[in-house]
Amino acid sequence: MTAEYVPPRVERVDQVGVEARAAAFTKRSIKKESKEQALRLVLSMMDLTTLEGMDTPGRVRELCRKARRPLVDEDLAVAAVCVYPPLVPSARVELAGSGVHIAAVATYFPSGQATLAERLDEVRRTVDAGADEIDMVIRRGDFLAGAYGKVFDEVAATKEACGPAHLKVILETGELVTYDNVRLASRIAIDAGADFIKTSTGKVQPAATLPVTLVMLEEIRDTFRRSGKVIGMKPAGGIRTSKQALAYLVMVKETLGDHWLHPDRFRFGASALLDDVLLQLLKLREGRYQSVRDLPLG
Amino acid sequence: MATTPRTLLFGDLWSYAPAPESKDILRLKPRYGHYIDGSFVEEGQVFTSSNPATEEVIAEVFAADEALIDRAVKAARRAYEKVWSVMPPSHRARYLYRIARLLQEHARELAVLESVDGGKPIKESRDVDVPLAAAHFFYYAGWADKLPYAFPGQAPRPLGVAGQIIPWNFPLLMLAWKIAPALAAGNTVVLKSAETTPLSAFRFAEILEEAGLPAGVVNIVSGAGATGAAIVRHPDVDKVAFTGSTAVGKAIQREIAGSRKRLTLELGGKGANIVFDDAPMEQAIEGVIAGIYFNQGHVCCAGSRLFLQESIHDDFVARLRDRVATLRVGDPLDKNTDIGAINSRQQLEKIRALVQSGVDEGATLYQPACTLPPKGYFHAPTFFTGVAPSHRIAQEEIFGPVLSILTFRTPEEAVERANRTPYGLSAGVWTDKGSRLLYMAQRLQAGVVWGNSFNRFDPTSPFGGVKESGFGREGGRQGLLPYLEVS
Repeated sequence: MTAEYVPPRVERVDQVGVEARAAAFTKRSIKKESKEQALRLVLSMMDLTTLEGMDTPGRVRELCRKARRPLVDEDLAVAAVCVYPPLVPSARVELAGSGVHIAAVATYFPSGQATLAERLDEVRRTVDAGADEIDMVIRRGDFLAGAYGKVFDEVAATKEACGPAHLKVILETGELVTYDNVRLASRIAIDAGADFIKTSTGKVQPAATLPVTLVMLEEIRDTFRRSGKVIGMKPAGGIRTSKQALAYLVMVKETLGDHWLHPDRFRFGASALLDDVLLQLLKLREGRYQSVRDLPLG
Repeated sequence: MATTPRTLLFGDLWSYAPAPESKDILRLKPRYGHYIDGSFVEEGQVFTSSNPATEEVIAEVFAADEALIDRAVKAARRAYEKVWSVMPPSHRARYLYRIARLLQEHARELAVLESVDGGKPIKESRDVDVPLAAAHFFYYAGWADKLPYAFPGQAPRPLGVAGQIIPWNFPLLMLAWKIAPALAAGNTVVLKSAETTPLSAFRFAEILEEAGLPAGVVNIVSGAGATGAAIVRHPDVDKVAFTGSTAVGKAIQREIAGSRKRLTLELGGKGANIVFDDAPMEQAIEGVIAGIYFNQGHVCCAGSRLFLQESIHDDFVARLRDRVATLRVGDPLDKNTDIGAINSRQQLEKIRALVQSGVDEGATLYQPACTLPPKGYFHAPTFFTGVAPSHRIAQEEIFGPVLSILTFRTPEEAVERANRTPYGLSAGVWTDKGSRLLYMAQRLQAGVVWGNSFNRFDPTSPFGGVKESGFGREGGRQGLLPYLEVS
């Protein structure tokens, strides 16, 4: 039995200040070639997601085809397709050889309300089924009760259960409420072995916001400064427009530097964002906006 | 892409394309005469106003001499007696509201003009200078017909003719700070714009015409020190309001000593930004950036001395270095520019000389790798570590993007060090502990103490200095008082 994990002190966060800083990133003007480059980057960083009770193998296959090649005439793919564990096999068939990762939301997403054994078992089964990225969710109840050691242990155990798969730890920041909590939860997840930290399940409002993401990026930055360890970031939920996504890229660039502008280190969890990015790319190419009806369904 | 561990890479893997705000919206005349008694008077010695980012001449203006100032003061006196002081206060409010709305309508043009004439980034003229100027007129419009409620039982009455002299760092905003409360209180105005940034004041004069403000209520003249001196000396000026350097402020004070003239001065500063070890660190970094690099550091209340608790010094400086590396210096009209052009060659030379003194006296200089435009007056964002309180860069107002970093060990020591300056305009305190914030605010000798923020302005909040940073307040209910007689 190892000693219980005691989280170290993390930097305090001033709400007014962090929100003002986040708002400043939206003031950057991204035009022309830098916009086009950014849109392609956003596309390559996307975890194209469907997490609905209505999801069927057929629907997931459609999504995967669009993920592999969203622009008919260009060899450009999204980073990953993100689905519930039972749909991993369908995605696996469709994405074989494409380089598009398969992410699955394991650990009894989105509530996380199951025993540790059950949650770990689901992770192992999902990895065995072919997922190479696992999006887990921490138990907010444990965190809010101050049982930080328990949160740490569960993330660490999940990381172990992941084996070779990458682990993204969802903090569900909408339920942590304060920025101080977000900062602390980020630190615990990173200490416990997260490869990525992620804002939200998308099932709780508010989901990803710029200031919450900024707080998490700052913890990632402190980790890097302290140890050289590179942790990835994934805002998820509520990012629907290219304009929003560009503000996130600006924030990443000016907080962590250009090294983080890479799908290995930054992802967008989104479903509606893809179509808007495609519309914007087509507009830059053809000088006029298309209707979303002109885009193929995915 | 390779990166050495622990060094953040602020490269240009993805760079922002130029995003210049268009100058097409400007409708500048080749020359601007003084605005006296409702018409533009092209008299006096000609001088030019140029764009500090390109060194190109934008327009010609004229230096007003004593005779012109006399005409302006007489016009203001006439308008005071015949029109403005006898007008129902609610009608005065109507004019002020109209001016405020017109400032908003012309916001984009005014923002471009401020950036072209003064070198400030369009981001700031667009989001700070112009909206705040309009907000000041809206705010004081509200007071115009409620003065008895602002000073109950004190029978507030206007003073007469106010002579106002504004600096070059926030031309339109300082004009608003001066003119709005003066008019709301029922006074008329003779205002001198700054020598290097006269144009927005004349564009403002055109807006006054559009608003139908009666002739002579506001008179605007341009010129240098001699013009200002003529306003200060004029026997029929009832009140002098000056924003600028401490040296000139002292000269004004001497000049009008013993006269009936009322005086408010808003002078220099050497603001202390004090960061404790429990501060919200990332936001404190932002506060330091806003404190010293806002408007190229051409801010009288700039947080130009940074006091760090010794235990966090190294960590904080490392963070600051990363943050400064992301600042974008260049074309003021580019929407992504964070630091624009230094206002004038003269100012640039002064900044360079003080930076050199810092190096000579043994402080350690840091400037990020950034390429400055080949033309125009630009200065890289700069900070010094290892600064001793006796260094010139720790004592003199630099008025540029140059920060001096010092340390302290205890709250008492922070107070003592921060107060050890002739100035007393602003201070900032960064701590998570509310009780400490109050402790510091009570002891810091400064007109403004910001808690976990810096360089935040609002028309409802009084602003001004203590000690050699001046006296009198601008903004808020308190900002009316310098323009009123109360019993």
